[in-house]
Amino acid sequence: MSWSGPEDVLLSTSLASYLDKKLLVLLRDGRKLLGILRSFDQFANVVLEGACERVIVGDLYCDIPLGLYVIRGENVVLIGELDLEREELPAHMICVSAAEIQRAQKAERDATDLKGSMRKRMEFLDLD
Amino acid sequence: MPSAAAPRRSAFSSPSHPCPSPSLSIYFAKMLFFSYFKELVGKEVTVELKNDLAIRGTLHSVDQYLNIKLENIRVVDQDKYPHMLSVRNCFIRGSVVRYVQLPPDGVDIDILHDATRREARGG
Repeated sequence: MSWSGPEDVLLSTSLASYLDKKLLVLLRDGRKLLGILRSFDQFANVVLEGACERVIVGDLYCDIPLGLYVIRGENVVLIGELDLEREELPAHMICVSAAEIQRAQKAERDATDLKGSMRKRMEFLDLD
Repeated sequence: MPSAAAPRRSAFSSPSHPCPSPSLSIYFAKMLFFSYFKELVGKEVTVELKNDLAIRGTLHSVDQYLNIKLENIRVVDQDKYPHMLSVRNCFIRGSVVRYVQLPPDGVDIDILHDATRREARGG
């Protein structure tokens, strides 16, 4: 996000080449945001226009519109440039409503919790 | 203002101060890995992130924060990350990198050893 010298400007890892492009931003908490990059700085703080969160649970997905977002750079994991010629998601995935994806998320959370609690109950058996 | 010829810079270095570009055999304190990665531009690397995502791609560029830009990426274990399907190029924040896996012939080990020894001595 900087230049080290005039000869290095061409090599610079700047987000300038991503401006006004539709991007996928992965955040540290696992969220996936899509949107058009309008601004950035040396900390990888980012302004996304028309942002939406793509929630994926198994084969189901849902895009939840968010509007104009400012993302603090420390939360950014990766910024990917979406190739408009390719499909954004595999064909077998099904688009569902926000309510349904939230139900699916809850079901997934409950399954993980159940797995966790069952493991705890088994621990006293000392099988490992 | 530190002179451009001085091999050691002050500990504080802000983006507004231009860093003198080191030549092949001179690796500045604080810039050793930056210089090292600049030599690897154009090579295929696999970057493993702290969230366990691993991405293979051509190293396009690197900066002083060791942020990485990869081109023509292929995600290891693509099925687990369907949202990455149409991503061709990406920018990876340096702070989230766990490993950068390099081609075995990607580095001249002797130059790297020398530079490290020099830094350990003088640093």
